[in-house]
Amino acid sequence: MSQNAKATEMKFDDQATKAAEPKNGADLFIETLKNENVEVMFGYPGGAVLPLYDALYKNPIRHILARHEQAAIHAAEGYARVSGKPGVVLATSGPGATNLVTGITDAMMDSIPLVVFTGQVATGVIGSDAFQEADVIGITMPITKHNYQVRSMADLPRIVHEAFHIATTGRPGPVLIDIPKDIAQTVGSAEFVDELNLPGYQPNFKPNSLQVKKLRGALAKATKPVILAGAGVLHAKASEELLQFVEKMQIPVVNTLLGLGGFPANHPLFLGMGGMHGTYAANTALYEADLLINIGARFDDRLTGNLAHFAKNATVAHIDIDPAEIGKNVPTHIPIVADAREALKKILSLDFEAPNAGEWRDKLDQDKKENPLWNTENGDGISPQSLMKLIHDITDGDAVVTTDVGQHQMWTAQYYGFNKPDQWVTSGGLGTMGFGFPSAIGAQIAKPDKTVVAVAGDAGFQMTLQELGLVAELKLPVKIIIYNNMALGMVRQWQETFYEERYSQSLIPVQPDFVKLAGAYGLRGYVVTTEEEAEKVMRETLTDNEPVLIDCRIKPKEMVYPMIAPGKGIHEMIGVKPQ
Amino acid sequence: MKRRIVTATVLNQSGVLNRIAGLFTRRQFNIESITVGSTETEGVSKMTFVVQVEDDRMVEQVVKQLNKQIDVLKVNDITEQAIVTRELALIKVMTTPQTRAEINVIIEPFRATIIDVAKDSVTIQVVGNFDKIEAMIELLRPYGIKEVARTGQTAIKRGSQRLGAESKQFSILN
Repeated sequence: MSQNAKATEMKFDDQATKAAEPKNGADLFIETLKNENVEVMFGYPGGAVLPLYDALYKNPIRHILARHEQAAIHAAEGYARVSGKPGVVLATSGPGATNLVTGITDAMMDSIPLVVFTGQVATGVIGSDAFQEADVIGITMPITKHNYQVRSMADLPRIVHEAFHIATTGRPGPVLIDIPKDIAQTVGSAEFVDELNLPGYQPNFKPNSLQVKKLRGALAKATKPVILAGAGVLHAKASEELLQFVEKMQIPVVNTLLGLGGFPANHPLFLGMGGMHGTYAANTALYEADLLINIGARFDDRLTGNLAHFAKNATVAHIDIDPAEIGKNVPTHIPIVADAREALKKILSLDFEAPNAGEWRDKLDQDKKENPLWNTENGDGISPQSLMKLIHDITDGDAVVTTDVGQHQMWTAQYYGFNKPDQWVTSGGLGTMGFGFPSAIGAQIAKPDKTVVAVAGDAGFQMTLQELGLVAELKLPVKIIIYNNMALGMVRQWQETFYEERYSQSLIPVQPDFVKLAGAYGLRGYVVTTEEEAEKVMRETLTDNEPVLIDCRIKPKEMVYPMIAPGKGIHEMIGVKPQ
Repeated sequence: MKRRIVTATVLNQSGVLNRIAGLFTRRQFNIESITVGSTETEGVSKMTFVVQVEDDRMVEQVVKQLNKQIDVLKVNDITEQAIVTRELALIKVMTTPQTRAEINVIIEPFRATIIDVAKDSVTIQVVGNFDKIEAMIELLRPYGIKEVARTGQTAIKRGSQRLGAESKQFSILN
């Protein structure tokens, strides 16, 4: 971000042909986006944003018209996650804005940089319960990193510039800007200023050397060290440094759900994902470790299980850009407030002594061998686990994969095997059904040449399936894989395990013919009921450049294992071995 | 539960009080009182929070979460420092011709003043720290308190601090 104090008068030279037309706040809005190098935005028009859409018509930026605002924002999240650029969203006031709430919260929980613009009724009628008025600032205050209502056209360039800065720096997150209609219609000009004046926002990037020294001491003493690598590694683009550090120190690595891909899954020191459906080796390592180095993870409850049993014998070191995450859930002995990459670079620049952990590594290798992930071999339907391994093979493990929340998400996390960063898009913190498909659309727009696979459950897919229209319109080669078990699989699993098989409202006997549904949008659709069929269809359709929907009939009663029951400690896994 | 006094200087943007009050509710921090007022710097307000916390980790979270707000410039847990805290309370007490003189005697050591007199009540203004005001209210209670309005505590650090009494650093920068 340039810190030049140089203020430049706004120019409209490129529109000289339309020079007769006076410029207004909406024109200025488009200019501010171009000033931030916005290449694409996701949105949906409506009354309060008519001036903004009119300005967009005259001075275009690529705009993706989703079929529902929720899908627009999930697409923006997918775009942001794989491109590293902020996702930009535009929606109208009232219902347009409230339809964004799930996506904004999702982005807040998973630290996705978004800049969200909402229209608002004119300033003169704010507070009068005007048509399509909602208190979007009030509604989104707790779910944004920051939000603004533009009260004067002259403030627009400053606010937009600040918003992009806040959304993308420090711990990334969503920033919302509410633009009243009359502000967009105000005729005039405003100054662009590069300089940022945010005295209350100064994220710290560089690690404190005293704490780094403490980590060095702890490493020298450790005999059972483990690294927990979270999404902070991905946000900081620190996977290369992490790999170097791990190889130099020979420390085993556990990934969080959102951190997958930050460390290669095929590396011998990788133990797998930790947490509620983590591998035996990963959870055992977290439980028994004497030194736990958390890099960019927030000790979410789905990872830690019951805190009383989590890493209780470990010295805990925590590298995080957000100081509030350090010590929030787990008492921390070595707090390092820093960008993960900066911290690892600093650590690599010093001569750290590798811990004496040969025995520990051997033991964990043994754990990996003796208690691998497993799946049932018999029963009707496709094994969801084998299906994911198949998708991995056909896409060379190189696809961008997106999911909703639930069983299919866990199987994807367990079995796809992410070896590279930024190919994994999932709703982790908020656990949003209906996220996977639209986020795949955004990911495909960010990476037009990549294979993008949207994995969704049959229930979650039905929450945002209207976006088939967008896929058809843009001819996006998104590969939609429906893990169809005619149920809310994870809810069903919990009801089977903890509610004595009382399947309350979790079985969905009626669903559309997904093949015909795809056909209705002019898209290819297949239904597969055996692994052989699945392989045949996928080999043909996952590698070409066309969209496809594949309805995969998986074993309806398959469970995600291992599992830590709610309230249990990380060592109290069930389903570690086949029953 | 422990009482902690936390101060924050904030940019005087619209909605900043809403932001901070919402943060306290959302994170289940118990607030005993909040005061807000302008400072020596234009556009900067100072807030004083009295919070009830279970342990040090909770107050650490209060400080850190406040610090994360873009409009918040500086946060301090000043409980352990040399500080002066003051609160103003207005107390309307029922009176009869017989009790009026008694009440005068009771409030005198508190340096409180009667600022309004009616046929059957007086309104007393008192300034002091939390305990002093509590003590005076207790003494007046037997006469019948009709209404109490309190501002909540505001606080400022004393000009000179005892050695080693600097605030515990939870630190943004370690």
